[in-house]
Amino acid sequence: MKKVFPQLLTLILIFLIIGFFTFNANVNMSNRGMEFGYSFLKRAASFDIQFSLIEYSRESTYARAYLVGLLNTLLVAFSGIIFATFLGLIFGIARLSPNFLISRFAGFYVEFFRNLPLLLQLFFWYYAALRVLPLPHETEGFNNFYLTIKSLYTPSLVWQNLNIFLYLLIFSILLVFILKNYLKKIQEKEGRQYPVIYISIFILIVIPSLSLISGISSFEVEYPVYKQLSKTSGTFIGGLAIPPEFISLFLALSLYTGTFIAENVRAGIEGINKGQKEAAASIGLNRKQILNLVVLPQALRIIIPPTTNQYLNLTKNSSLAAAIAYPDVVLVFAGTALMQTGRAIEIVSITMFTYLSISLSISIFMNYYNKKFSLTEK
Amino acid sequence: MIDRKFINFKQKNIISIYTGIFLIFLSLIFLFLKSFINIDLLSFLPSSLKLIFYFTSGLLGFYLIRSEKSEIKIIDIINKNSNNNNLNGFLTLCILFLIILITPFILSWFILDANFSGNTRDECTGEGACWTYVKVWLNRFVYGLYPNEEQWRINLSFISLAILGCAGLFAKEKFKKFLTLYYVVIYPFLSFLFIYFLISGGPIFFDFSYGIIAAVLSLIIGLFVPKKLKFYYFLIVPISIYIYLKYFLFYDELIELGKVNGFNWVETGAWGGLSLTFIVSFFCLIFCFPIGMMLALGRRSSLPVVKFFSIGFIEFWRGVPLITVLFMSAVMFPLFLPEGMFVDKLVMVIIAISLFEAAYVAEVIRGGLQALPRGQYEAAKSLGLGYWKMHIFIILPQALKLVIPGIANTFIALVKDTPLIFVVGLLEIVGMLNMAKTNPKWLGFAMEGYVFAGIIFWIICYAMSKYSYNLEQKYKTER
Repeated sequence: MKKVFPQLLTLILIFLIIGFFTFNANVNMSNRGMEFGYSFLKRAASFDIQFSLIEYSRESTYARAYLVGLLNTLLVAFSGIIFATFLGLIFGIARLSPNFLISRFAGFYVEFFRNLPLLLQLFFWYYAALRVLPLPHETEGFNNFYLTIKSLYTPSLVWQNLNIFLYLLIFSILLVFILKNYLKKIQEKEGRQYPVIYISIFILIVIPSLSLISGISSFEVEYPVYKQLSKTSGTFIGGLAIPPEFISLFLALSLYTGTFIAENVRAGIEGINKGQKEAAASIGLNRKQILNLVVLPQALRIIIPPTTNQYLNLTKNSSLAAAIAYPDVVLVFAGTALMQTGRAIEIVSITMFTYLSISLSISIFMNYYNKKFSLTEK
Repeated sequence: MIDRKFINFKQKNIISIYTGIFLIFLSLIFLFLKSFINIDLLSFLPSSLKLIFYFTSGLLGFYLIRSEKSEIKIIDIINKNSNNNNLNGFLTLCILFLIILITPFILSWFILDANFSGNTRDECTGEGACWTYVKVWLNRFVYGLYPNEEQWRINLSFISLAILGCAGLFAKEKFKKFLTLYYVVIYPFLSFLFIYFLISGGPIFFDFSYGIIAAVLSLIIGLFVPKKLKFYYFLIVPISIYIYLKYFLFYDELIELGKVNGFNWVETGAWGGLSLTFIVSFFCLIFCFPIGMMLALGRRSSLPVVKFFSIGFIEFWRGVPLITVLFMSAVMFPLFLPEGMFVDKLVMVIIAISLFEAAYVAEVIRGGLQALPRGQYEAAKSLGLGYWKMHIFIILPQALKLVIPGIANTFIALVKDTPLIFVVGLLEIVGMLNMAKTNPKWLGFAMEGYVFAGIIFWIICYAMSKYSYNLEQKYKTER
């Protein structure tokens, strides 16, 4: 053990700072008659949340409100990630296109959205772009989709015995994984190749739809119907109502993050040596095999780590929801609940811990991925 | 034989090429006329057939002009670039249509139908943007709620800081070696002085007298300090004496006297607009870089306490969103301060953003440190350099050169994050826009405001990224 003294000094300094803050917090809280504790989570929240995925009412507890916020955060993050990946893939590939117009167009998209603050984009969508939409009674709709200033009304599916369908879906996904590994082993042993993709698509479609065919679970499509409330106002009933807060957050997050993913994709494809493709062609692989066996595995190795980072950024950036009143975990918990209970330390620490655990679990996964897939050269 | 075939090929194609050009021209000119001058030459067709006409005529044209080699140079370039197969031709056509359809709309909104004149809302009658709104509110967008008659103080300090910042570029060869010291220590200190005294209006007289006392005291004591330590002594002691005098000795008296002296005190709550964006990003840039560098070194340190502290610190800040950090500084941090102590909102925000971005800078710099070959460390050690000398003279210059793009990206992210300070109630330009938007006299002009702010931010960020690219090229060394 070398250099004990500077380490000890650092340790003492850290403890002094922590001690100083805890001492102050104790004094301050006892002065204000506040107690530290998480028991408030069991009390009734008594505030409304506009948009929730699970059942929630004013009588629900603070813990339930937290759960609603968390689910809303995860919802917008998840859908944003999917759309951002889609955009990133398309524009990343388009940027490398030999077509001058297409590559310029993709470059314009990337440079334009990347250099604007996300908050500004969010405000633009929410306060400017979505405000020019028509009122419910003025809209004409498109195939039972009604985009109004209040919400986007879409048809929804009303399920019966949804859980059986989902169990079958999960089962078929597991089956595909097992089958894939098994076929890979056979291929390594015998050298014969099977059309894995077609088999897995077949399994994924057929097994869950068995429940529909047999009639155990079923669904109906529910369409939004216009209802006149008074002469100049009306609303839609039924169907699914997606609030503008969600739409603008979704658009801003995915358009913004899509630019970064596009850059990652471009870097990944550019990072592959041309010799790799030529070598693969010279040993007699066809175009599809070159792409699947040589180019993609190497490109993904470059693309995936920074892209996971972008997914993480998107999830963290979804906390900007608080600025436009989308009820995510920050707004519901660190906003409304904090105002009502005044328990700053507990609530802020829970909120931070939520994000911290999401990002730490992803970075643990990334470390695992890097260790498993990183090139071991020399 | 071959010659004849070639000629046939050419002759067969020359007609189809001209037909193709004509067809493309036809579809583009029709769409152009319709979208720019509103003349619909196809008004006799139903709308679905119109769409089919544009696409079939364009696509057929692109199909016809596609050939191995035509004598026309432009056609060859187009074929090679944008028309080498059906899909590419289709995409080219789509983008051309998009440009033709969008351009008149953007032109009319931005310029042709927009209003520039006047000073009231009533002037805005056109369909387009109401730039009058931006013109009227420009003062607020730039200076926030800063009193009008005091705004020269912001202008003066920004201009002088810009001149001081450029001063380094014209330094003579003799002074070049002090440039780093100038930019790392002296310039930030000067800018703090400018912002504190001029923009905020700190009590000048007393501050200067304390400064003189601190300088004289530290000089007298400095005579007895061994030569080796003199540099560190003068780095630390004068400022600490000054701070001691100012904040701990005469604190209460000063508040009273400070109001009499110097300029009018303008609270940080009244600062805002673009100038606040600049102030916040400037100080955060200055602070986050050294902190990030120390954290990066700490993370690679061989001392376990330092290492684990750095890892914990970096992972904590990288794991939470900035908005919760600002929430924390606004609602939670005051509880951790001693009773009666009060930290200014702006100072707290600058500290919070600096620490947050420092974690990102640290990870970027760590990447650079890891990318350096081990031989560099070993060579430096074999020359007998200690830890700090090795890092300052050998390792860091090379590592930083490697990570210029990463650091630039972090800095751009920092500038883009500044609008988030609305959480603690400070209104920089986006915050001011939101305030102006809700003004009952000027309702309904949100779009203009956001576009205006967007242009400003875009120029700043794009300039930064281009500058970083130039730096990268400048310091690129072949290895």
